[in-house]
Order: sequence, then C-alpha cells, then structure tokens
Amino acid sequence: MTQSVVVQVGQCGNQVGCRFWDLALREHSHVNKKGLYDEALSSFFRNVDSRKGDGRTCGVGGRIQHLKARAVLVDMEEGVVNEILQGPLREVFDSTQLLTDVSGSGNNWAVGHMTYGSAYREQIVEKLRRAAEHCDCLQCFFLIHSMGGGTGSGLGTRVLSLLEEEFPEVCRIVTSIYPSAEDDVITSPYNSVLAMRELTEHADCVLPVENQSLVDIVSKIQHMSHGAKPGQVIRRDSAIISGRGGLSAAEKPFDAMNNIVANLLLSITSSARFEGSLNMDLNEIAMNLVPFPRLHYLVPSLTPLYTLADVSVPTRRLDQMFSDAFSKDHQLIRADPKRSLYLACALMVRGNVQVSDLRRNIERLRPSLPFVSWNQEGWKTGLCSVPPVGHSHSLLALANNTCVKPTFVELRERFTKLYRKKAHLHHYLHVEGMEQSCFSEAIASLGSLIEEYHHLDATKGTLMPDAPRLSISR
Amino acid sequence: MSVVTVQLGQCGNQVGQELFGIICSDAQEGQRKTYSAASCERFFHQTAHGDFVARAVLIDMEPKVINHSMTKAATSGRWRYGDTSHFSQKQGSGNNWANGYCVHGPRHREVVEELVRREVERCDRLAGLMAVMSVAGGTGSGVGTYVTQCLRDIYQKSFILNHLTWPYGTGEVIVQNYNSVLTLAHLYQLSDAILVHENDTVHRICSQLLNIKHISFSDVNRVIAHQLGSVLQPALTADSHGAYSRNPLGELVSTLACHPEYKLLNVCTIPQMPSSSIAYSTFSWPGLLKHLRQMLISNSKMEEGIDWQVRPPAGSEQTRSLTGASFNTSLANLLILRGKDVYSAETDGFEDPALYSSWLSSKEAFNLWKSPVPFNKYEKSATLVSNSQALLRPLDNMVGKAWNMFASRAYIHQYIKFGISEEDFLDSFTSLEQVVASYSQLC
Ligand SMILES: Nc1nc2c(ncn2[C@@H]2O[C@H](COP(=O)(O)OP(=O)(O)O)[C@@H](O)[C@H]2O)c(=O)[nH]1
Ligand SMILES: Nc1nc2c(ncn2[C@@H]2O[C@H](COP(=O)(O)OP(=O)(O)O)[C@@H](O)[C@H]2O)c(=O)[nH]1
Ligand SMILES: [Mg+2]
Ligand SMILES: [Mg+2]
Repeated sequence: MTQSVVVQVGQCGNQVGCRFWDLALREHSHVNKKGLYDEALSSFFRNVDSRKGDGRTCGVGGRIQHLKARAVLVDMEEGVVNEILQGPLREVFDSTQLLTDVSGSGNNWAVGHMTYGSAYREQIVEKLRRAAEHCDCLQCFFLIHSMGGGTGSGLGTRVLSLLEEEFPEVCRIVTSIYPSAEDDVITSPYNSVLAMRELTEHADCVLPVENQSLVDIVSKIQHMSHGAKPGQVIRRDSAIISGRGGLSAAEKPFDAMNNIVANLLLSITSSARFEGSLNMDLNEIAMNLVPFPRLHYLVPSLTPLYTLADVSVPTRRLDQMFSDAFSKDHQLIRADPKRSLYLACALMVRGNVQVSDLRRNIERLRPSLPFVSWNQEGWKTGLCSVPPVGHSHSLLALANNTCVKPTFVELRERFTKLYRKKAHLHHYLHVEGMEQSCFSEAIASLGSLIEEYHHLDATKGTLMPDAPRLSISR
Repeated sequence: MSVVTVQLGQCGNQVGQELFGIICSDAQEGQRKTYSAASCERFFHQTAHGDFVARAVLIDMEPKVINHSMTKAATSGRWRYGDTSHFSQKQGSGNNWANGYCVHGPRHREVVEELVRREVERCDRLAGLMAVMSVAGGTGSGVGTYVTQCLRDIYQKSFILNHLTWPYGTGEVIVQNYNSVLTLAHLYQLSDAILVHENDTVHRICSQLLNIKHISFSDVNRVIAHQLGSVLQPALTADSHGAYSRNPLGELVSTLACHPEYKLLNVCTIPQMPSSSIAYSTFSWPGLLKHLRQMLISNSKMEEGIDWQVRPPAGSEQTRSLTGASFNTSLANLLILRGKDVYSAETDGFEDPALYSSWLSSKEAFNLWKSPVPFNKYEKSATLVSNSQALLRPLDNMVGKAWNMFASRAYIHQYIKFGISEEDFLDSFTSLEQVVASYSQLC
C-alpha cells in the first residue's frame, strides 16, 4: 500500500484540512471495529507508540496506539493552528509537523511567496522530508489552500514548487478555494491570479472549489432541512454538512462549507484508503484526466448533496445520483459542464455499486454530454466498496471540462479592474523579490490558459473528421 | 511437457487464477487417469506432500491482487501457487505503458527472470511460456511487454504465447488505446502467437448466454478460463498417434501462426450456458459444428444472433467483392472437440477451401484435435481457435481511436515523461497499420 501526505497552508487550508482529518477519523472508526492499525489507516495516518518516545511508526497489523496524521501544517499566524492544538484534534498532530509565524501575510501573495517562502524554505523542506521518511511508499501530496489570501495563496504555491523540486516523482494534487466576487479580501484577485500561474506550472492536478458554490450548496441544504418535505429529510448524521465528526463538537462559521470540501477529499482518497472491485490509484487520476500538462483543472461535483438516500436503494435513486453529478447545482464551482466540452471525466463511486450500474449510467448519460472529438470515450471509473458514513453510496465526478473558463475569465476581469488603477500595487512591489513582471507574467499565463480552453471549446459541436491514417506501402 | 505461465498485472493475475482453477478441477474430475496426469504435468508440479502447485510466476507492481489470487487458490483446497513464485511492489503503474515498460520492467528484470528460471528448471521438459495480461492498463501491458522481451532473449528456442485481454470499448482507462497499440506493436515482434479475448464479447456471453445479472470480473474471467482451458488441456492431435499431444503451445503455433504477419488468434467455444441448464440439455455434434462454422464465417463471436445469410464466396473466385465483405476469411483454423462420441463428429464443413485464403490448401489450413473426455461439465464442447479476420475490426478501431488522439498529441506528455518518444508511437502505429493491412488483404 502507498501513503499520502497532506500539506495544509494558511487559515483556509488548515481549517479545511482539519475537517478532513476529523471526518477521516470518523470514517475509519466506523469501518475499523477491531482497533487494529490496518493498511487503510496507514495510508493517511501513522501509528506511533508513545512509550518508545522516539516517535517511530509501528508497522501495520498491531493495535492502534497513537494515530498521527500524515500532515504538515503551515501558517504564518498562530490563531488557527493554536485553536487546533487546543481542540479535539490536538492528539493527531505533534509539534514537529507544525510551522507557524506570528504576523501573517496580510493577504499579500508576495509576502507569503517571497518573504516567508525564502525565510522558511529550509524548515519547510525539512518537515516535508520528515513526513516523507515516515512513508514506505509515498504516492501523493495533497496541498490544501485558499487562492485569495496571502499565506495559503503565496506560501502555499511556494510549497508546491518545493514539492516539485524535492519530490519530482510524487504526484501533487492541489485543492484550491477560490474567492467569491464579494470576498472581503480586496486584493484577492491579485493573489488568485499570481497563484494561478504557479498552479498551472507546478501542479499535477488542481481541484478548484469556489466559495460561492459552497455558500449556495450550504444554504440550499439548510433550507431543505428546515422546510423538510417528506422524502427530502436530511439525515442528521450525514457527513456532508454535519459538523459532528469523530471529535469536534461546536460548529464554526466555515465548518459547513469546509465539510463539503473535506468530503471531496474523503472521496478522492477513498480508493487509496479502502478496498474496491475497481481500484483507482491516485496516480491514475492525472494519467487519465490530464491530456495536456497545463490543462489539469478538474471540476469536482459531489452527490448526494441534497437528498440522502435510504439504506436500501431502489435503482432509480442510484441512477438519480449519476444524473445529479452532471447537474449545475452539484458542481463545486459555478459552472455547467453539460453546456461546455468534456476533455475527460472520472467517476469515483463509493458503496454498494456494481460495474454494471456504472456501465448503464454512462450509456444513459453519454448522449447528453459533449466530449472532445478525440476522446469520445473519455471515461475513467473507480469503485470503492466502503461508502461514506451515513450513506449507502456516493459519487465524486471529476470533470476536465472547459466550463472552468468563465471562472478564470471572471477572475481576470476582477484582476484587471484593480490593476488598471494600480490599486494596492505598491504593497506588493515593496516586497523583496517581487517585480512588476510577476504581475504581467501571471496575467499572461492566465490569458494563455483561457485561450487554450477557448480553442478546445470552439471545436464543440463541429464534427471533426478522423485523422487520415498512415498509409502502408506494400 | 510443461508450460510455464507468467501472470502480469491485475487482469493477468485474476484471469490466470481462474484458468488454473478450471484446469485443476477439470483434471481431477472422475476417473481419467492419463488425461489427468498429462494435464497435471503440463500445468502443475507436485510437492513431496502431494500438493499441486501451479507452474506459474505472479508479477504485479502492487500487492493486493496477487495476495488475493494466492489466497483464493489456496482456499480451493485443490491447488495453490508456489510460496515464493511471486513478485510485487507497492505502487502500480498508473495505467501508463511507458511507466511499466521503461521504468518498472528494467528495474525488476533480474528478479523476474530468476523467478521464471526457477519455474522452468522445475519442468522435466519445457513446452513453452505463456504470458497472461491485459493490454489496457500499465503493468500487464508495459511490464508484460518488457518481460516478454526478456523471455524472448533468454528462451530463444521456446514457444512464447501471449494471452491478452482487450479492453471494453469504453469506461475504464482513458488511455487504453495508446497502451494497447504500444503493447500489440511490440508483442508482434516478440511473440509466436497472440491469443485474444475481448472483454465486450465475453461480457455479452455472460449476460446473454449465461444470464448473469450483475456481471463481475470473476464471471468474465471464468468464461475466458473455460475457453482457454479447452484449448490448453490435453487432446489427441492428428499425429500424436492416440496419445495426448505433448506440446500444446508448439502445435498451436505451428498449426495457426505460420506467417509472421499473422499472429492474432481468436477463440470461440460452444455451447455456453448457465451451469444449472447443462444437465437438461443435449447436444449433437452436427448441430454444434453447424453453429460454430457459421459463427466463424459470419464472425459472430457468440452463439446468439448468428447471421445465417453469410456464405463463403462462390466457386474459386477469391477476389473481395462487396457482398463478401462480411465474410470472415480464415488463414488457419484449429478445431478442438471434447466429450462424448467425438470420433463420430463430421468436420467437413471446416475443410471447405472457400473458407481459407488462397495461399494455403485447406489441408494445411485446418487442424483438428479431439479428446473423448468431456470438458468442464459439458458433455460435448467445441472450441475454435482461428487465425482469421475476426480481430481485424476491433484492431482497426483500436488503432483508429489511438491515432485520432495522437493527432492532437493528447496525453503524449505522460509517456514522454517516462522515456517514450513520439517516434516510438509512430513506429508502433506503422507496424500495426501493417498488420491491419495484411489482415484486410487476406483472401
Ligand atoms: N471555504 C473556506 N474559505 C475560507 C476559510 N478561511 C478563509 N477562507 C477564504 O480564504 C480567503 C482568505 O484566505 P485565508 O486562507 O484566510 O488567508 P491566509 O491565511 O493568508 O492563507 C478568502 O477568500 C476567504 O473567504 C475557510 O475556512 N473555508
Ligand atoms: N477480463 C478481465 N479484464 C480485466 C480484469 N481486471 C482488469 N481488466 C481489464 O484490464 C484493463 C486494465 O488493466 P489492469 O490489468 O487492471 O492493469 P494493470 O494491473 O496495470 O496491468 C481494463 O481493460 C480492464 O477491463 C479481470 O479480472 N478480467
Ligand atoms: Mg484570513
Ligand atoms: Mg487495474
């Protein structure tokens, strides 16, 4: 079995990360009744025998002693991490996994990327190496951060390039939280565009999530659970929004939103953590979904979100889950994949679902989904036998789809609005290592990315002739 | 003589396990001493305690499937895999042929060669090697190709057969056509014969003939194992003089793959039905053979929806006509009959020269093996291994789809990363276009 390491950077990164650890623990305690440290647990947790004191990891098969998350927590202020260390998850991390400063990045990408990036470079690398040394086969890094602030955005993307330098063979999957249009961080367009260039150049896959979508989903769920019609009852113990994970009690403002992101992470890692009849290895994600190196933005959608199925599932409900994954209101960014062009699509299913269910639903949905001409059969599927807690099955769809383009275009517009007025620019240009060219290169990189999606989009609906085959002279 | 099987990747290790399971239970059924002894010598060696141990080497780049197959074999109580005949790593090849062929293969070459060598040395006489794998993934396809190449170098005079599982048309691995093209193009230079099962075809057999509702890979694999087993189990050949032939792979290759341009072998078996119905059904040889012959010439891979309109082209006129387009021309066929009254079965229909290309006489092109021992619970069963145009369309589709993708250079960077260049792709496309052309010109 392989292991993965989660790197959570900044306020948002750490808050989302902690929801993931909380729910992951709950999920494992639900499945693992014997209290033994098994392969499933070992993929994201170490088992440390505290009596030995040297922090060494115990092998798979023994009793669970102390579970430690395979994680590195980085923040340039102390608030969030301190809260974690006083909260119920404190046991899961030890001080050697943490890196904090006191003064924060002031929502300035340059401070995070340049100032802290240079100051903490050695320490970050050291912590990453240590986390890697605890793994006997490290397969993947999961980076979690927000795009709009300073630490997650700036330092987070610096960590990304360090990962590439230090561990070129280990896959880098980034979960990036994009700011909403009314974000309270005024400089968020700058930070996001500067971060985008790094993501485009250094990540293997990016899972973009928009805060606005999370807000919409959460309010719809709350609306439903209050005005509950029969058949639309949200089960209280459902992991989707309930903040009551394995450990934490009270809910904080972002918790409901972050739980959705945490569920995305639970799903994408489920195949690495549990058995299944059709395993989807983490390194298969990029291989199947990324046809061109820069076009690695995979739009996630999660089901069920609104109505939660009963334990015994009539087929219609199951099929509904597949339909929902392609509907607008289940996407974690504001986008409509059905009206754009698919380059490739993965369906990661959990629970009691058979290959024949997959095949039936793909056949059913395919006619309504436009795929690029050279990848008409661009489906990748995975089946994991363990469903999320409180569900009989769930589905995560990852779409490499040109529907990400409007989000990027909108971001560019917000950037341009500020940049034209040179608003706040001096805060950035003060920072050592930061130059005007960083801005122009970042916006050019985003521009060409948009252009690449645009070119593909333009092929939609046109019947491309088959490429003329090689002729063989006899 | 014995066959050493090398199982590679998830598919190879799952299909291989079903194959040994069926061979073993078939051999141990009832009182059939010589048959049983011949089968066991071929596929198993016996330990001092009398355990049957498969002459197999299990290779994968991740541990789960091998563990599962070994456990499943051991719990059968009839046979098992060798305790030290397997090799696995922790992390799979990620659906990337180049990762398997350029990285994992070379890295583990020595271990794998040593495992195979030990298995070969256990055989009194080696009939040949059989590599079992899928073409669509990363390990079976990439490592499998690399290992086949190593074996070719070491066992230059032995027969090497590759059993390949072809992917479903859609739904599992997006880069499957690339991986398949790279695998096939390379194996074409290395292997003596390539025996193919298409997952779509086998899946249809499971649903339409076996009436299985929720079809799992085990169901599919049992069908593949049944068909493959009925080819590989002992049989009497034309010149084996009443004794079971000693060299199944050698005879298979020499009867079917007589030209280096034509190595793709298709298999069909009839009858196939739910095991609960077998006891209530009776079969006659003329009925079975009539169906099987029509399946051959109309290229229906399953005994359901056979097109009875297709006829061999009339007289000696052998040019390809429009109407003849759906007629499946054979280069060579091997018919294997097992069960009751085999000696009375009339096989003239398969000896008709109109079935074959003009450049081999039907005497050379047709071969017949028989065994009076019923196979795997079927009172009578007939299997046809054909080197014909049967796989032309699927091959052409596979190459066409991969070529379309290649035209936009999609996914190529994933292969370049591990050391495969665009040139390598072009070489592979060129050699498979050659195969496509050769088969389509068969007449
Ligand atoms: N979904 C979500 N978004 C957050 C959270 N915390 C902050 N954000 C968003 O992240 C952006 C600010 O970045 P933040 O992570 O606070 O800055 P950093 O600490 O400097 O990385 C804004 O767009 C916030 O709306 C959180 O816990 N969840
Ligand atoms: N018939 C059959 N096909 C399989 C099985 N397992 C995987 N496949 C097929 O093999 C291909 C994937 O390759 P796989 O063997 O899983 O990859 P590998 O482990 O990297 O060699 C797909 O086309 C699957 O349909 C199996 O047990 N039986
Ligand atoms: Mg903040
Ligand atoms: Mg597989």
